[in-house]
Amino acid sequence: MPQAPSDAGPEAAPPQTPPVLEVENLSIRYGDVSALRDVSLTVREHEIFGIIGPANSGKTSFLKALNRMDLFEANMRVDGTIRFLGRDVRAWRNVYALRQHIGVVFPLPVGLPLSIYDNVALSPRLRGVKEKRELDVIVERCLTRAALWDEVKDRLDSLGSLLSGGQQQRLTIARALSQDPVLLVLDEFSIAVDPVTTMRIEDVLKELRKEITVIMVTNLVQQAHRLADRTAFFLSGDCVEIGETDDLFEGKVKDPRTHDYILGRFG
Amino acid sequence: MFQATELNLRNEKIQKRWRLLFLLMALLLILPVLIILILLVYRGGPVISWSFLFEFPTNGMTEGGIFPALLGTIFLVVVALIFSVPLGVAAAVYLSEYAPDNWLTRSINLAIINLAGVPSIVHALFGVGAFVLFFKFGTSILAASLTLGIMTLPVVIVATRESLQAVPHAFREACWALGATRWQTIRRIVLPNAVSGILTGIILEVSRTAGETAPIMFTGAAFFLPFLPESVYDQTMALSLHLFVISTQVPGVPEDLPFGVALVLIGIVLSMNALSIAFRVYLRNKKKW
Repeated sequence: MPQAPSDAGPEAAPPQTPPVLEVENLSIRYGDVSALRDVSLTVREHEIFGIIGPANSGKTSFLKALNRMDLFEANMRVDGTIRFLGRDVRAWRNVYALRQHIGVVFPLPVGLPLSIYDNVALSPRLRGVKEKRELDVIVERCLTRAALWDEVKDRLDSLGSLLSGGQQQRLTIARALSQDPVLLVLDEFSIAVDPVTTMRIEDVLKELRKEITVIMVTNLVQQAHRLADRTAFFLSGDCVEIGETDDLFEGKVKDPRTHDYILGRFG
Repeated sequence: MFQATELNLRNEKIQKRWRLLFLLMALLLILPVLIILILLVYRGGPVISWSFLFEFPTNGMTEGGIFPALLGTIFLVVVALIFSVPLGVAAAVYLSEYAPDNWLTRSINLAIINLAGVPSIVHALFGVGAFVLFFKFGTSILAASLTLGIMTLPVVIVATRESLQAVPHAFREACWALGATRWQTIRRIVLPNAVSGILTGIILEVSRTAGETAPIMFTGAAFFLPFLPESVYDQTMALSLHLFVISTQVPGVPEDLPFGVALVLIGIVLSMNALSIAFRVYLRNKKKW
């Protein structure tokens, strides 16, 4: 676990904080199809790291490699190194411990067919938390942090999979938070969510930055602008550019393609 | 401009004729079922009484009841289930949740398909060779039930596998991402949502098992026994074989008696089917996603 700098406020400049994730020369192939080529980047503690890019640019593959979900895909091959908390993800004692440290939110909200309570209590239970009182505390805290508590506190027993899309997406965020993750990974979380809920979730993420690190994949350029401290631009499997978000959006780019994408000239 | 042309009208007429033909074919399906049921109820109905169900056959099986056969069928089915359900469900969980796509998995799948295609009389001979002779169970409930169990394994495996795969993959991925192992995912998410489908499959297996004759006639079902089986190593009577015997092998059986036995047998099978339909409706109403 990284040492949390005690004096780091929410606005602490990212470069000073220690790295949570270091990626070096990462390449991903599905059989003969190359999905990602030679990507190197570093994500630091307490920053929101945005990844933008059109479809098929390798963003989701990148996320899958982080928590070793590639193990579930027979033909996915990952080369290069990913160091999470200073250790190669392939050298983690066991992948389940690794995954518990990385919370994942998928593009389409997946409320598991359990009660709202059980959805959030699932991860603690997998970790071996049995006591009802302890679980109650975790469930309330995570739902509150995901800005869902007030809407569901009276019906925690009803099915999580029957909530509305926006609520389900916040439920999945609460579930990811129940893992007590060091890193929260969001894959285009706002695809199936209405604008109002999207703004609420964005507020949640801004709050969360004080405590954890966030990687946010989005194809909404403006969302990256609103949230991300630094942003990477992926295009058809290449990491074209990484920079301070403000710089990118002010036009201080090294590659003209980044500029064109941000301005909406393609993609 | 919107006047139907000659061709339009002709096409419509042809379409109606085909529709009628298909409808008739479909209606034809109901016919045998109806005839069988009506005949059985009409001829066999009067035979059925409490004493018919709960008494031993008497006078060379030309009179009396069918109790030992009824009990024997239940006995056979239960023992077959005890054997085949755990095995079938476990195999299906492996095939659906763990198995990589390689030659081993493919040969297991091929074996299941072939097992389903083996004629029941061949299963019977296998049962004699394997259970009666090789394992020295003798002609017994155990041997007959194991034979039935192996014969109906594909039903359990296929039904279980299908209901496991009906659980959306996204649930598994979400659960894995939480750090759950495959087994934790199966136990907490996949199995609870597949259990109704699995039960439906098991009930279908029960109705299949109850009706089979060939696999049990050499392995454990007896022509006639004046007593009830006391353990799985005893022989037993069974409804399906009893029906065969009194219809063809015993002289002087009253004509309506076999209809009564058939009615009881089909009653068991149909009520099991009804139970499985009820489960499916229950499942649909409880659908969680």
